[in-house]
Amino acid sequence: MKDNVSITGTAHSDRIHDSASKHVTGAADYTDDITLPEGTLHAYLGVSDVAHATLLDIDYTDVLATPGVIGILTAEDVPGVNDLSPTGRNDEPVFPTDLIQFHGQPLFAVIAETRDIARHAAEKAKINCDVLPHALDPIQAQQAGYPHVTAPLKLERGDVDGAFETASNRIKGRIAVGGQDHMYLEGHIALAIPGEDDDIIVHSSTQHPSEAQHMVAQVLGVPSNAVVVNVRRMGGGFGGKESQMNLFCAVAAMAAKKWNRAVKIRPDRDQDMTATGKRHDFVIDYDVSFDAAGRIEAVNGSFAARCGFSSDLSGPVTDRALFHADNAYFYPNVRLESHPMKTNTVSNTAFRGFGGPQGVVAAERIIEEIAYATGQDPLDVRKANFYGGKGRDITPYHQKVEDSILERLVEELETTSDYRQRRKDIMAFNETSPVLKKGIALTPVKFGISFTATWYNQAGALVHVYNDGSIHLNHGGTEMGQGLNTKVAQIVAEAFQVDFEQIKITKTTTEKVPNTSATAASSGTDLNGMAALNAVEQIKARLVEFATRTWGVTAEEVSFHANHVFIGKDILTFAAFIKQAYLARVQLSAAGFYKTPKIHWDRAKGQGRPFYYYAYGAACSEVTIDTLTGEYRVERTDILHDVGRSLNPALDKGQVEGAFIQGMGWLTTEELWWDNAGRLRTHAPSTYKIPLASDRPRIFNVNLADWSENRELTVKRSKAVGEPPFMLGISVFEALSMAVASVANYRACPRLDAPATPERVLLAVARLQAEG
Amino acid sequence: MDYQRDIRFILNGTDVALDDVSASQTLLDFLRLERRLTGSKEGCAEGDCGACTVLVGRLGNAGLVYEPINACIRFLASINGCHVVTVEHLSGPKGRLHPVQEAMIEHHGSQCGFCTPGFVMSLYALWMQTPEPTSQEVETALQGNLCRCTGYEPIIKAAVAVSRYGTPSSDLLNAERAQIMTRLQALQHGKRIVSGPKDNLSIIPANVDDLADCLLSYPNATIVAGSTDVGLWVTKFLRKIGPAIFTGHLNALKTVERQGGQLKIGAGASYTDCQAILSEHLPHLLPYWNRIAGWQVRNMGTVGGNIANGSPIGDTPPVLIALGAEITLRHGAARRNVPLEKFFIDYGKQDRAPAEFVESIQVPLPGPDDLNAAYKISKRRDEDISSVAVGIHMTVTGNVISNARIAFGGMAATPKRATAAEAALNGQRWTRENFEAAAAALAEDFEPLTDWRASAAYRKLSAQNLLRRFYLEQDAQSAAPVQLINA
Repeated sequence: MKDNVSITGTAHSDRIHDSASKHVTGAADYTDDITLPEGTLHAYLGVSDVAHATLLDIDYTDVLATPGVIGILTAEDVPGVNDLSPTGRNDEPVFPTDLIQFHGQPLFAVIAETRDIARHAAEKAKINCDVLPHALDPIQAQQAGYPHVTAPLKLERGDVDGAFETASNRIKGRIAVGGQDHMYLEGHIALAIPGEDDDIIVHSSTQHPSEAQHMVAQVLGVPSNAVVVNVRRMGGGFGGKESQMNLFCAVAAMAAKKWNRAVKIRPDRDQDMTATGKRHDFVIDYDVSFDAAGRIEAVNGSFAARCGFSSDLSGPVTDRALFHADNAYFYPNVRLESHPMKTNTVSNTAFRGFGGPQGVVAAERIIEEIAYATGQDPLDVRKANFYGGKGRDITPYHQKVEDSILERLVEELETTSDYRQRRKDIMAFNETSPVLKKGIALTPVKFGISFTATWYNQAGALVHVYNDGSIHLNHGGTEMGQGLNTKVAQIVAEAFQVDFEQIKITKTTTEKVPNTSATAASSGTDLNGMAALNAVEQIKARLVEFATRTWGVTAEEVSFHANHVFIGKDILTFAAFIKQAYLARVQLSAAGFYKTPKIHWDRAKGQGRPFYYYAYGAACSEVTIDTLTGEYRVERTDILHDVGRSLNPALDKGQVEGAFIQGMGWLTTEELWWDNAGRLRTHAPSTYKIPLASDRPRIFNVNLADWSENRELTVKRSKAVGEPPFMLGISVFEALSMAVASVANYRACPRLDAPATPERVLLAVARLQAEG
Repeated sequence: MDYQRDIRFILNGTDVALDDVSASQTLLDFLRLERRLTGSKEGCAEGDCGACTVLVGRLGNAGLVYEPINACIRFLASINGCHVVTVEHLSGPKGRLHPVQEAMIEHHGSQCGFCTPGFVMSLYALWMQTPEPTSQEVETALQGNLCRCTGYEPIIKAAVAVSRYGTPSSDLLNAERAQIMTRLQALQHGKRIVSGPKDNLSIIPANVDDLADCLLSYPNATIVAGSTDVGLWVTKFLRKIGPAIFTGHLNALKTVERQGGQLKIGAGASYTDCQAILSEHLPHLLPYWNRIAGWQVRNMGTVGGNIANGSPIGDTPPVLIALGAEITLRHGAARRNVPLEKFFIDYGKQDRAPAEFVESIQVPLPGPDDLNAAYKISKRRDEDISSVAVGIHMTVTGNVISNARIAFGGMAATPKRATAAEAALNGQRWTRENFEAAAAALAEDFEPLTDWRASAAYRKLSAQNLLRRFYLEQDAQSAAPVQLINA
């Protein structure tokens, strides 16, 4: 019996997403679907229509005269501290008092009986201000002498200046890398319900309930224990709901307390896109020296980022750009500096990869430059510069790369994608095709896993076993579609050896697990899976102790298997055993905890081990471009990605595919465009173009490196999967570049800026044709 | 005249009668806020993301047809006489999942799940029409559905596999088809409906003559056909549209037929309504047509509306001007015909008097020596507004070009003919050099703007290159493919 039966939803199986049947029937509740308490009011933000100005006063007469309007909320209504800065820099007011810092900045909120009334009324305020000159991008900001929003980072190793003095070959260049809107399908939203004393409950779509809780407490001027933040699920997050939701939680909470009624706030898509932050765009200046074979000798890089008006998470984001400016390549001598520039734009924030992708794009541009300069296949230049070999394993931040599997991974992908032959075929095609041109590129990814703020690398979980044997699972992570709840429940099911269906996965709430970290940095499963496992192990230890004591057996004679517990010669169902344990007064609940070992980071020195381990991957993409219009199509993409020992191959593959398409979108059609007045004109899906089904590669082969196993003791030897595959989209960007290069016989690096819209592709083609 | 006040329709299984529906109330808000049918989601409120997709069944010229539409920009009043089917209606008795739902689950087609009900509804509509679609047919059906999580691959796989989970013949909507038709017929009372508050009236004319009368009474009323543009006036620009006169139910305006040497397109015909006849008579327009918005918008949006709204970036005017189309405008009982190119006077200004409406579009069919092409350039291939669009028509007899009509969208304040380029070609021989001269002449025709869709430089260069593409594509000498769709 014992060997023939197993539980459902075990670890390492293709368990479907726990909410899948609710998704497809429309029964899954998002924050906007929650039944409202009687008398709920609705809030809507009023925003600025200038990018930079001294705020003199706002005339609310017409707003307040609108039937159905209850009142307005301004900076004067903040009972506590008027600041939402997630890093405590006090530079991000809920509502400003005297200075407007970007076009679309929230200045006040209207509270009304319906959302429609509040929204219309918010347009009626008369804002009186003295307009100031503005700077929209990092270069304008540098020229105007704007400050950094947060301290820059410098990473340095080796003798950079010396290496450049003796350089055999040297190239300097610049690449502009655009930002990206998250375009989660569910926008920002919060519903606040006031309670007795200082109490307030906030339902929100946030990746960071604990921070939302602390921010609401800070803004209300009450202790954190008065505030509960709940999130059942999000309709996508991608980093956009790590800190940006705090504003909506704070406004709803302040209004709820002021009028003692429940208050919901939901901006429309345009306001969501204009009033909340995005991926940082960068202007990167690089300087590289290399030998005749294309081996890098030294790299000097300067990374200027559009951070927006406040620091938000720009410090750690621009730091991570530097951490990944090496991608998979060893730089013998290196100096990297970030310039987190203040600009009169919305404050940029976290987005899948958290600055890392921008760093990786720079590394791949350097590789491309060397390849065109030396006349080599870029893949050969990549391989020649991979980490590995004696003395070639130290990163610019002085962490050793000890777990690289890139050589094997890239080798496998090169074979399965038939890269070499196809590249030859493509070059032959390009010679005979006057209008359509093809390109192919195989690019690797190495991505560091852990929050670089070391203290975030902790997590908690709360597991109850009820006396009927059913299990209640709660952890500090949030579900935004990635399948975190499913994976953690699989871990718990396997540890208890009960069917997946026995486990109830509950909403994330600050009432059950305190002081959680954002579900971010790909860390959700690594941290919360371990914390849940820790809780299960505590309960199991008590159960085993109870069994040995009651049945008079050794611990080795007690085992959990397939919904049963084996005790000596006895076999009990899990439920029956639990009932007995309950009657014997065994504690059937435990709080689990986990903190990532081995990591440390000294930012001032630029040295340490910020990452517990690395995740790896590689993608090979082929594109065709139309040299008359710049339009293009991705013909084929092959991916081999490393998730260690996958907890759920189906969900992990879904993450890899989705991340690739999102990364491809970032570098192709997703363009953020501000006009000269500082107004974002690509502010909804009608103007901001994320990939469609018809944009995905015509042939799309995605595989997990099933032989990989995390060398570190992560949960079940798995690896994080959220962010790393995002950078596989760079293969499309590089393939486009090769197709463009073909019009000048691959003599020059096309130096495409990102996103490579059809326009950028055509204008690059025209430039190369003109240069001959 | 005898008016009705009630807006009546069937919502899933229930008869609904509402006696006070304002012009600007959307179907989505009604479903979510008043009926608490929260399966349909608001993702963008502009008809681009598809999270609000529902089916609307309507008694049209072809009987009862169900089409996926965007509830976010569909006005509730326009639902009168229809059957609205939301995701909540899909599961069978005792919550048994629909084949589309089962396929989506088993193929891991949802991640965050917010877009999923919309995808399910689009795929449901596709499966009823095409039970075993190719992946390309799926892509076309999903042009109006955005997913930010999955990268679409599992959804396509699910869509292709749906028929393994069940056949449409046993489907709920087919099973109840006869009784729904009877119920919908019972709702057709042939009277004008006037509903909603005085300052935001919804007017549903009884027939086309009544539409003309309504306009005489309310000469400045907003005419709402498919609401794919007017919907955004409400959801995005917070404009008042009342009084609004709805025309989407007028089957007489939806006729599309060949009349001698021309196609007559009723102004209320949707893009979808035109598809079949275009493939027969103007096949060069088909790939272009499939790139107009997404499926939901093609089911709602009308050719007449696309023209009447006068946008410089509307998809249909350039290609129809190139074909020499003219439109019929009606005022009361009076009609006048205007060449389409003359209808567009300036940005936001059309040759339409108060109380006048576009009744039909007449498109001359090409002769045997005529060459035609329609090209559109956009940042994203599908479901995007054009940066540059062009319709090209010319007659080539004995290698000599005549009758060149080249009309561009996105290059000026209105859809506009490239008269200098045409002049450079008319009377000239079919040679590369003459097309180069025409491309150069475009500089005299247009001074395009820079905006978020494209820079002036890109518009200029790509417009020239589209003429070059036309030459290469039509030229018997060139063999290599010159367009991605042919590669």
